[in-house]
Amino acid sequence: MTTATGMTSLEDRVRAALGTVRDPELDESITDLDFVASVTVGDVGDVGSGATVGGGGEVVVELRLPTYFCAPNFAYLMVADAHDAVSAVAGVGPVTIRLLDHFASDEINAGVAGGRGFSGSFPGLADDELHELRVTFQRKAHQACQERVASRVVRSGRPLEDLAGLTLGDAAPGPELDRLRRRRADLGLPADDAAPLLLGPDGTPVTAPDLVTQLRLAKTTRISIEGNAGLCRGLLGVRYGLGRETG
Amino acid sequence: MYTKNGESYFIVDAHIHAWDATPANQANRYGEGFINCFYDYHRNLSPADRVWTLEEFQKQSEERIIKDLFEEGYVDKAIFQPTYLTDFYVNGFNTTEQNGVLAEKHPDKFIANGSWDPRDGENGLTKLAELAERWQLQGVKLYTAEWKGASKGWKLSDPWAYRYFEKCQELGIRNIHVHKGPTIYPLNRDAFDVADVDDAATAFPDLNFIVEHVGLPRLEDFCWIATQEPNVYGGLAVAMPFIHTRPRYFAQIVGELLYWIGEDRITFASDYAIWTPQWLIERFVDFQIPEDLTEYAPLTTEVKKKILGLNAAKLYDIDVPADLRLPESTDGAVGAEPVPVA
Repeated sequence: MTTATGMTSLEDRVRAALGTVRDPELDESITDLDFVASVTVGDVGDVGSGATVGGGGEVVVELRLPTYFCAPNFAYLMVADAHDAVSAVAGVGPVTIRLLDHFASDEINAGVAGGRGFSGSFPGLADDELHELRVTFQRKAHQACQERVASRVVRSGRPLEDLAGLTLGDAAPGPELDRLRRRRADLGLPADDAAPLLLGPDGTPVTAPDLVTQLRLAKTTRISIEGNAGLCRGLLGVRYGLGRETG
Repeated sequence: MYTKNGESYFIVDAHIHAWDATPANQANRYGEGFINCFYDYHRNLSPADRVWTLEEFQKQSEERIIKDLFEEGYVDKAIFQPTYLTDFYVNGFNTTEQNGVLAEKHPDKFIANGSWDPRDGENGLTKLAELAERWQLQGVKLYTAEWKGASKGWKLSDPWAYRYFEKCQELGIRNIHVHKGPTIYPLNRDAFDVADVDDAATAFPDLNFIVEHVGLPRLEDFCWIATQEPNVYGGLAVAMPFIHTRPRYFAQIVGELLYWIGEDRITFASDYAIWTPQWLIERFVDFQIPEDLTEYAPLTTEVKKKILGLNAAKLYDIDVPADLRLPESTDGAVGAEPVPVA
């Protein structure tokens, strides 16, 4: 890493930008998940894999995942999103995102660097880009966030059957509500105080007859995502010797 | 059989392997990557005193398998689930034939399942009939993320898969174990999605579909389809070891499964040799839902007996000794009856 003060702040901005990139499946940022193995900014010297970085704001980011066989579509999304996020940072020059130790590292790294898209990176193996996959997981993340907020409302004393008539303004302010609003914004769904507290997977307000089943399925979704994230943290930990996870 | 506090449990380990992942059998970097990935699961989720060396993990001797499962592991019957991976391993990772050698030597201990791949077309149908006859197959394990040349996977709803399901019905193969993996065709879709299980289970109501790893990492999708399809079951392989590392999460998985699909369609498995059954069974019998998770009912001894063996015994028509069955069962002598078809 670099020692020059100005450059350090560029690195901070790059890391902050990487913090906005989420694992679409786990709905957590790749920095929180410890998927960022290294960030090298505008310095001359060896980068992890032996490459050299010159001046002029050149950035090389190395990413790592919990397993060699993590699903290539999610891996591609994280590499492509990291490329977009870092490239948008003011003062950044050429950007290289390098996925390490993955069965499809070569295809993904070359595909993102060359702007080939997912189907162009895996010729003959994909029939579309990853938009639909991303939306599917944004919907799951939204349901999980919504369930957290709704559970809090119920714990505060509101009867469950009231929930269909409530709005976001009726929920207690806090990080869970803020996160729910951001997930709504991702999907283009109403996120202001007047918006319904509960929206179904298709974006329409949840009605009383569906309330219990919808919330229950959202809860299972939340448990699945949280459990998967815990497993991935543990696998990353043993794979890279980061300390044993017992969470 | 496992006995604790005067209660005896009949144990069926419904998902085990006898694999060869030694370097000599690794065909390429994918074979090496695959076993290392399994090994990380093993290291991550095992109690510290149960962690093996990588060398121990790559292949187990017959003596070790017998000891781990039956001498120390309390298992009454273990079901081999093959995973061929012939693109990764010279002689395959874990084939019906490899497993069959042990099953034939110890017919009282093992059941050998087969496998098929719809991409093998007509030839594969013929091979399946031969395999069924040779090993008296009652079940198959299907791995949809298996690589085959340029192809990186398949779906249960593929037209050729339906030809194979028809063949299974014809051959008397009634238990279809489904294992989802990280790749599929087309690669842009979610490979772990279990929607194709829903399609197949609806189209073949006489077959039982046991979704391994209870659909994880898509527990919600699995629960949703299993609630609607009476012939869909959940196998606990990979979910079991959370009982040690993350017991609250384990409680939530079991609680959700009991809520959505009930106590009759959940089956125990160690996923040997990723984990050994001894500690999983001991902990499961001792396990209870934490009191603050008030939305879940406590696990009864009856539920534990069903999960640990009686449910799988029903699927495979395994004769359970009378004293290990449940008394006053409402649906006949649990474990001794043929599979009820939906």
